[in-house]
Amino acid sequence: MNINPEILESGEMSQSTKLTAGLDMERRGTIFRRLMRDRAALFGFIIVLIFVTLAVLAPLIAPHNPAAQHLNERLVSPNLTFPLGTDHLGRCQLSRLLFGAQISLGSAIIASLMALGIGVCVGVLTGYFGGWVDTILMRIVDLILAFPLLVLALAITGIIGISMISVLIGIVSVWWASYARIVRSLVLSVRERPFIEAARATGASPFKIITRHVLPNVITPVIVLATLEMGNLILAVAGLSFLNLGVQSPTPEWGAMLNEGRLFLRRAPQLMIYPGLMISLTVLGFNLLGDGLRDALDPRQR
Amino acid sequence: MKRYVFIRILSIIPLWLGISILAFVLSNFAPGDPATVIAHRLFDAPPSEEQIAAIRREYHLDDPLPVRYARWLALAVQGDLGISFRTKEPVLKELTTHFPATLQIAFLALIIALIIALPLGVLSAVRHRSWLDHTARVGALIGASLPSYWLGYLLILLFAVALGWLPVAGCESATGAILPSITLSIGMAATLTRLTRSSLLEILGEDFIRTARAKGLAERVVICRHALKGALIPVLTMTGIAFGHLLGGAVIVEGIFAWQGIGFLLVNSIYDRDYPMIQGFVLFMGLIFTLLSLVVDLLYLWLDPRIRFAKERYTGL
Repeated sequence: MNINPEILESGEMSQSTKLTAGLDMERRGTIFRRLMRDRAALFGFIIVLIFVTLAVLAPLIAPHNPAAQHLNERLVSPNLTFPLGTDHLGRCQLSRLLFGAQISLGSAIIASLMALGIGVCVGVLTGYFGGWVDTILMRIVDLILAFPLLVLALAITGIIGISMISVLIGIVSVWWASYARIVRSLVLSVRERPFIEAARATGASPFKIITRHVLPNVITPVIVLATLEMGNLILAVAGLSFLNLGVQSPTPEWGAMLNEGRLFLRRAPQLMIYPGLMISLTVLGFNLLGDGLRDALDPRQR
Repeated sequence: MKRYVFIRILSIIPLWLGISILAFVLSNFAPGDPATVIAHRLFDAPPSEEQIAAIRREYHLDDPLPVRYARWLALAVQGDLGISFRTKEPVLKELTTHFPATLQIAFLALIIALIIALPLGVLSAVRHRSWLDHTARVGALIGASLPSYWLGYLLILLFAVALGWLPVAGCESATGAILPSITLSIGMAATLTRLTRSSLLEILGEDFIRTARAKGLAERVVICRHALKGALIPVLTMTGIAFGHLLGGAVIVEGIFAWQGIGFLLVNSIYDRDYPMIQGFVLFMGLIFTLLSLVVDLLYLWLDPRIRFAKERYTGL
């Protein structure tokens, strides 16, 4: 299993200090150029771009309706009509993989945005203002991070019931905590810098200081963080669907397809192999990209 | 120093209270009227109104939430976590009978991960920017990207179906633990490789290493005697945290191999809407996980005096 949040916290030399190394806005151009010179990161970016394009274009390029059953052509091997063959109900495997990208990627992106939204709000609020709000919210964060994230998400999903919505609720209600903790430490380090003091001296309101000065200075590391976590979120969404807690048949989703395919492990191993390959490639793409972004921010650790 | 250790140990108490509140509140999010749900699970025939009312009285479901929490906690402290809907056995008994199996594959996975990660990470750092370093970097990234629930089936396909070397599933034989452990270990091996590498690289850039080299010590001595000592501290503490995550990762992996651990138990309880069991699992997992991080913290403190002084200053002791 992946353990990014904890590594971010303690393992790889205190992520927040590393991330703040690239805080200054004027350095963004350099960061981008450095990123483009990193072949691995560029490769990751291309993978991500390809999968996002495939997901968006799925209705146009998929040869069949992903739910249409061709009962006379069950478990057929690849041919001209079915480029990747069919599953146990005679559904076009390629079309299901393409439409599956929409759901797998889409829900991971939604989960990421929601968790980020909550995490950034909580992180900024607690980091900038401190006080009892900080104490209470951080105790809640500690509490959530006292569990392996996926396990708690799994338990929450399991209790509220089986559906894609409850998978998203389960994941978001756990994942925001790791973002909040890191954003808070970023804000803490920005808060003490002279330009914030200067802004405060000119009588700017806290709202203005946060939106004009604090947020722009934490946004770059937050983007890196979000990219690095995207892979884990895709794994989590597909993992919960694999356990049959998310979408229900006939909706195509990579994790759920893997789960259906495993029943035909001996007769048609490709039904299990393809969706897994899709998940792995997408996750690899995001990991390469996120890794490159982090290195571009802090070139010391190459 | 002693005081810091004392405070750190005591700090687990509010965290445990929080975990118990979380576990209790969570089960209240279950859809449907709890009395009806329980009645349905206890009687095979659809329950009558009186039976539901009787359950409501027996379980004190009309009491306010804090009162019910206090009552539940009082029982939980004595080891009474309720009865599983599914198996009709005490929840705690189910958890403790399934836990050793999970512990077994998590422990094996940790050993496999360390056997892969330590040599690879050290070599990558020593031969920084060599082909080996680059290959290991790519390998670690791929390893971290593979979903365990896919890797597991690939391994089954390879070792059990194609080669016929290992049993596909079950706890009957000792070899049955091998595939789940390997599946579980790959992601961890990837993480630990990268951590070992970056940690050793950082140490190798420090002044005392330059001094050691300037003294004319052999590179092997510099690495083994001087650098590794410091570099392995973060790896060691990470290993503790990693172990907790392996226990969590086992939840998905166990299902693939029908390995009868607590993960298998949890997933089946979810399918069967066995709320007392899920609640018990959350409590159990939370306690184990926080206990592990306490041990890791204290170990770190004992191993790295720099941290010790920093923390003493920080807490003003």
